[in-house]
Amino acid sequence: MNAILDARGITKDFPGVRALDNVSFSLQESQIHALCGENGAGKSTFINILSGFFPSSSYRGEILISGRPQAFSSIPEAEEAGIAVIHQELNLFPELSAAENIFLGHEIAHRGILDWNEMYLQTTEWVTKLKLTDVLPTTQVKELGVGKQQLIEIARVLRLPQMKILILDEPTASLTETETDLLLDILRQLRRDGIACIYISHKIEEVMKIADCVTVLRDGKTVGGGDIREFSKKDIVRMMVGREITEFYPKEHHKDPSTRVLEVTGASVSDYRTGKYLVRNASFHLCKGEILGLFGLVGAGRTELASSIFGAPPGKATGALVVHGKRAWFDSPREALREGIAYVTEDRKTEGIIPTMNVRENASVASLDQFRTFLGIDESREVVEVQSSVQTFRIKTPGLDAGIINLSGGNQQKVLLARSLMTKIHILILDEPTRGIDVGAKHEIYAIMNSLVASGVSIIMVSSELPEVLGMCDRIIVMCRGEITGEFDNSGKDVTQERIMICATGTASEE
Amino acid sequence: MSEQKGTARFSFDMRKYMMVIALIGIWVIFEAISTGTYLTPRNLSNLFRQSVFTAILAIGMLNVIVLGHIDLSVGSLAGLCGGILAIANVWKGLSPSTSILITLAVGLILGMWNGWWVAYRNVPSFIVTMAGLLVFRGVLVGITDGITIGPLSPFFGIIGKDFLSPIVGYALGAIVIVVFLAMQYSERRAKSSHGLQIPSARFETLKSVLFFLLILAFAVVMNAYQGIPNPVVIVLVLFFVFNYVTNKTVFGRRVYAIGGNKMASRLAGINIKRTTLIVFALMGVMAAIAGIFLTSRLDAAAVNAATSAELDAIAACVIGGTSLMGGVGTVSGAVIGAVVMASLDNGMSLLNAPSFYQTIVKGLVLLLAVWFDMSRKKGGND
Repeated sequence: MNAILDARGITKDFPGVRALDNVSFSLQESQIHALCGENGAGKSTFINILSGFFPSSSYRGEILISGRPQAFSSIPEAEEAGIAVIHQELNLFPELSAAENIFLGHEIAHRGILDWNEMYLQTTEWVTKLKLTDVLPTTQVKELGVGKQQLIEIARVLRLPQMKILILDEPTASLTETETDLLLDILRQLRRDGIACIYISHKIEEVMKIADCVTVLRDGKTVGGGDIREFSKKDIVRMMVGREITEFYPKEHHKDPSTRVLEVTGASVSDYRTGKYLVRNASFHLCKGEILGLFGLVGAGRTELASSIFGAPPGKATGALVVHGKRAWFDSPREALREGIAYVTEDRKTEGIIPTMNVRENASVASLDQFRTFLGIDESREVVEVQSSVQTFRIKTPGLDAGIINLSGGNQQKVLLARSLMTKIHILILDEPTRGIDVGAKHEIYAIMNSLVASGVSIIMVSSELPEVLGMCDRIIVMCRGEITGEFDNSGKDVTQERIMICATGTASEE
Repeated sequence: MSEQKGTARFSFDMRKYMMVIALIGIWVIFEAISTGTYLTPRNLSNLFRQSVFTAILAIGMLNVIVLGHIDLSVGSLAGLCGGILAIANVWKGLSPSTSILITLAVGLILGMWNGWWVAYRNVPSFIVTMAGLLVFRGVLVGITDGITIGPLSPFFGIIGKDFLSPIVGYALGAIVIVVFLAMQYSERRAKSSHGLQIPSARFETLKSVLFFLLILAFAVVMNAYQGIPNPVVIVLVLFFVFNYVTNKTVFGRRVYAIGGNKMASRLAGINIKRTTLIVFALMGVMAAIAGIFLTSRLDAAAVNAATSAELDAIAACVIGGTSLMGGVGTVSGAVIGAVVMASLDNGMSLLNAPSFYQTIVKGLVLLLAVWFDMSRKKGGND
């Protein structure tokens, strides 16, 4: 067999982290090759290298296409060589027609005049080939469902004659089951036409159905792989998880199972535009002094569920809450904060810090009312309060008047924690509290969480790091495709990573 | 740690300082070219009076821009408010105070109109206020029948043209200084009662002395002509009020927070809609005050009054270091920006330069000011 794509010894470093460590990957002609791994295993980095997003000067190792070495410095160069990526977030223009989208950037024209007849004709051919029934070349893309939009995107790249390798990044994350089946059918058909495909998915079932071959990445290394027939689902999950939990997590138990501080019933969140459910009918409760883990893979709906409890859902949210025995449903973060519920975002940069303000102003912005006097803000008291938070959380800053953007990620995160905790709260929702921060700061954040639950605060921790969830949480709720697929009592520390991963990948039916 | 604090404060002061240096530079250049007619008490008095109208609008505009929005309707709104003042006072024969109250109310309501569309209907402020620019001007032409209305009651001459007598001027200066010292004292006491570090007495004394000299110099120079102009007093009062609001109040802090990061502010529980409405309502009131002042000064309301004043106000804010991205800017910067604009106008008129030069030079100064600011920031980051 001929390797159409051969990646050898790829090593890629980010400041402080080795994202890929000597990864080798080989793709044969007319093969569907699955790439599996946990969040942060290095899959995205790897496809960003293959697609030319990271120029060849930024990593070590070599890439051969049909035996010839390649050094891409940009995405167009990779496309020229026949590699295209279909990202999870589609790159379509919703207001433009199918034909306009397919030909965008590569329009067929004669002396600068667009040849629409030719483009419409070719679009029609693609539409038939990809079984896009009742799609006209003039149909606006926004009128199509996500599944069909994805096929339009596939047509867009495959139309280029040199295309040989298609990389699909979580293509079915937002598809229904019928749409998924249709996509898999089309991939098989493309395989017959000689297109090779790298298929990235968390959903092991799909991988078993479609792939010829599998490679598993973990912590930036290749940990195994080969012909898919040699592996069971459980083998793949085990390879994805693989590592031992170290005694890194200073967990203390303060859970009071008799007091339920929060009860969520039938929470659903749907996209405003498409109406697709991001979270469907989720129900759970939270006890006093408990750390409840909310685990799931990317796109499982964890953030959507957590933020809708706080009154800031990314779509249309419905459901019912009981907070301290009182029925409630928050339409804005303001109302949630008034009831003593705080939320620390996963997206520190765009939803967390206020980059134009200093540390003091960032810390106090959510609790200004408590410093309000007849003559305005009581700045002296503000300084005292912030100073004491800075000391408790050990925030490393040159001073309270230093700009927040001059702080490291971990210290920014601690300022955001301080912001939430400067008012009296009893429920704290932490969304990926340790993402992108160094080990020392992580440990300090765990210690803060411990002291909070000791003082009677209850915590919901959204996380995609399994060891962290297993190490810190009293109870773990697992989500997959917008639904809660499992709940584990972690007080005995006997929950295995495999059991959770099986729920998170939606392979529970097998058990 | 304390050293780093010290340098931070120093560079912050440098930034304010730069704008004052630029202003003094412009004055010195004109003084040299005009061979000594520019920096006379008489001309300085004129110059400050010329900057009043733009300064009032710029103070309101500052809040709008810091919030991350823009208001293009303030010129038309100021014109409309001026027209309503004249109609109330001249045509309807209402007393000056009633006329002023009606005008302020109209400014407030139309500002809230703008703010309501921006905050509660999610229409971009550029569009809402561009519509206001057309609508308000159209209403002005309609209700005045397109004619100039005047003259007004003599009372308005006091607002628009008169001066404080020298004694009152000095007294006012003394009051300002006493208030300044009292505030500084109470701040020090509050800090020490909370066990915080107090700025060194030398630093504070130096600050007080500089402030005292500045006020004294201003009063002496103004009194050397006819006294402190009343409109300038209005601007100074507005300046102190808004400087306080932006720096010391919860409302002001929230405006800066929203401008800095809207999404984060929402998650921090700030009522963005209400704050936006209030900021636009304040802008409306400021436009009304500017309109009252303008009509008073001219003793008449014309249909084309204050045309394109919104651009002057925006330019004043930007020259004063306000970021159109939101979240950054000071009231003092906006006022100095307005004085810079007036200094250019005044200087070129004094030199008998054709008026087209004024717009050219103002445009280039705006461009250079922002370029200077940007290039310095970039240098700081590298």
